[in-house]
Amino acid sequence: MDVTTMKAMTAAECQPLLSIKGLKTHFETRAGIVKAVDGVDIELGRGEILGLVGESGSGKSITGFSILGLIDPPGRIADGSITYDGRDLVSMGEEDRRQLRGNDIAMIFQDPSMTLNPVLRIDTQMIETVQAHANVSTAEARQRARDALVQVGIPSPDERLKTYPYELSGGMRQRVAIAIALINSPKLIIADEPTTALDVSIQGQIIHEVKKLCRKTGTALIWITHDLAVVAGLADRIAVMYAGRIVETGKTADLIERPLHPYTKGLIDSVPSHSTRGRRLHQIKGITPSLLNLPQGCAFRERCEKATKECLVAPKPTLLAGRLVRCWNPAL
Amino acid sequence: MRQDMITEKNAEGPMLELRSLAKTFTKPVGVAGHIANLFGAKVRKIEVRAVAGIDLAVGKGEVVGIVGESGCGKSTVARMVAGISGITAGSISYRGVPTSTMTAEQRRDFSLSVQMIFQDPFASLNPRMRVIDIIGEAPVAHGLISKSDQRAYVIDLMEKVGLSGAYVNRYPHQFSGGQRQRIGIARALAVKPSLIICDEAVAALDVSIQAQVLNLFMDLRDDLDLTYLFISHNLGVVEHISDRVVIMYLGRVVEIAPTVELFSSPNHPYTRLLLEQLPVLEAGERDYKPIQGELPSPLDPPSGCPFHPRCPSAMDRCKRDVPELRAIGAGRLSACHLNEAA
Ligand SMILES: Nc1ncnc2c1ncn2[C@@H]1O[C@H](COP(=O)(O)OP(=O)(O)OP(=O)(O)O)[C@@H](O)[C@H]1O
Ligand SMILES: Nc1ncnc2c1ncn2[C@@H]1O[C@H](COP(=O)(O)OP(=O)(O)OP(=O)(O)O)[C@@H](O)[C@H]1O
Ligand code: SF4
Ligand SMILES: [Mg+2]
Ligand SMILES: [Mg+2]
Repeated sequence: MDVTTMKAMTAAECQPLLSIKGLKTHFETRAGIVKAVDGVDIELGRGEILGLVGESGSGKSITGFSILGLIDPPGRIADGSITYDGRDLVSMGEEDRRQLRGNDIAMIFQDPSMTLNPVLRIDTQMIETVQAHANVSTAEARQRARDALVQVGIPSPDERLKTYPYELSGGMRQRVAIAIALINSPKLIIADEPTTALDVSIQGQIIHEVKKLCRKTGTALIWITHDLAVVAGLADRIAVMYAGRIVETGKTADLIERPLHPYTKGLIDSVPSHSTRGRRLHQIKGITPSLLNLPQGCAFRERCEKATKECLVAPKPTLLAGRLVRCWNPAL
Repeated sequence: MRQDMITEKNAEGPMLELRSLAKTFTKPVGVAGHIANLFGAKVRKIEVRAVAGIDLAVGKGEVVGIVGESGCGKSTVARMVAGISGITAGSISYRGVPTSTMTAEQRRDFSLSVQMIFQDPFASLNPRMRVIDIIGEAPVAHGLISKSDQRAYVIDLMEKVGLSGAYVNRYPHQFSGGQRQRIGIARALAVKPSLIICDEAVAALDVSIQAQVLNLFMDLRDDLDLTYLFISHNLGVVEHISDRVVIMYLGRVVEIAPTVELFSSPNHPYTRLLLEQLPVLEAGERDYKPIQGELPSPLDPPSGCPFHPRCPSAMDRCKRDVPELRAIGAGRLSACHLNEAA
């Protein structure tokens, strides 16, 4: 390899795999415009693992759907850009996008029924996925499917291949969906709450396998979850979402040990454990605002203990101690 | 205090009692299989022993946590108790009456007072119904509220589970995953049940909303004496909310203990293994160990103690004899041969 190609390669590799700038995804409903995603920036390098955490309804899944081009009317991408490997995903045609979804980008849906067809056996679905991507015999594809089930900790894989989705437990269905996403070693995986129903040991097994895949093949990963304990041990970086915006991004250890945004701190304080038994759990005061009727300024203002009159103006993301924070009064 | 309450309440008989409750799913050989067998193939019918005989009594006002690995039969137990799924063997009694001998009226009362919150928030909501009807239809139909109060009643319930009342006319697909789960919770609460079966009911909720919902469950318990069967893989949540915890393994109960004791001095080797893996909120490379050895399967359960292939203290007899669930102390039960040897 000569020097010029090497240089070219590093340039391409330095460029982030995925870059989202100012993304806005809105839904027009009779009651008004729902700004589910309202100005999200995300950058993701090759092989990087990003944890996307945040309140229920804050726009995590819709962000994932937007990347894959799965927003149906009355929803639409109202503004912003999504660039994957140098290509613009927002303006890309449906056919190219389908190609990309089959080969480069895989999504593990929060709702396993979006991945699993209820009337087809597991083996049929998995073999189809393998053969859509690689030119291999059915026997070879079946073998890969079986290996993938073992990877995600499903016992009796040969028998389980022959079952229908309804014959599996909730956690097994989730794991089959994960296995299908991993099976073709894609370049980018968007995993939406993939392990919500799984116990610690199997969660550990899956995180172990996913990490191995990312480190070995350079697969980048966005792991959407509400469970900070899970991403804490998995992600390189964490982005915290609230009401359609990212309010804090930083390296995992920094963010967990010293949250800067009052919402991140509230999240960390609400984790139930040993020491909370029999007591009331810490609850961030107030309720999630309706996206139809967000408070003026910082969306967290009415629930925030540190709010001041500055907060009536929406804070811009600011770089602070190596982190991006949207807050007038960060904990520093 | 809690301990006394349980015994006192059990004195008037348990609210819910399961006796040798079992469920086996059978997949017939099928025509193709029969023909293959004529030619000497050995196609057998597939049997999944999802629940292999469970005994459990739950007192009024009690919160019983159920914990166990994915696929160990938790949802199957829940579905049988809720009357959604038939039982293969054993019995379920509610307020002392076995479900099999209930009169039509008792059955109606039973199906209203026992409500289940489903594990899969996507599959359990009718996509063509608006939230106002999903939550408000049953209480009107059963005369718990009048039609004119429906809207206010539904909005109040929605706000209790942290959903904005502004969403009352929406369809399920217009909600996020965690929002749908909360619609399921509100629907279960709407008919004023006495026993609620929560199957991973807070799994899709972030900690702050989870806190709100758990606090609501506890308030309802204190005010209305509600009883809960609380299935969850999250040990932090189970420890927080339960009075007693049931540990299941491969279709069986392996240990039952009051929560504090279970977490401070687990008896069964499987319980100990589980507690070692308690997740903590801690950043950094964690050493996730891949699961060792062959995972047990209800399609082909191991002989003797179902846990023996993974048990660090397994003895010879563990491969032969199934250990019985025995009392090992006040209010404590465990199914392990080690307790007999000692
Ligand atoms: N089709 C739709 N029409 C109107 N609003 C919608 C629609 N789909 C989603 N929303 C709203 O957009 C917001 C963001 O939804 P999203 O599914 O991204 O949340 P989420 O962060 O994934 O939450 P969860 O953790 O509960 O899954 C929610 O408040 C939801 O109610
Ligand atoms: N309708 C069915 N037909 C055949 N087998 C079934 C059926 N429903 C459940 N099973 C099997 O019964 C066993 C127990 O399933 P169950 O759903 O009760 O597990 P679970 O403990 O709730 O697991 P999870 O934590 O993953 O939800 C599994 O092996 C599953 O495959
Ligand atoms: S900007 Fe103000 S209201 Fe918003 S989180 Fe910071 S302190 Fe609280
Ligand atoms: Mg979601
Ligand atoms: Mg289940």
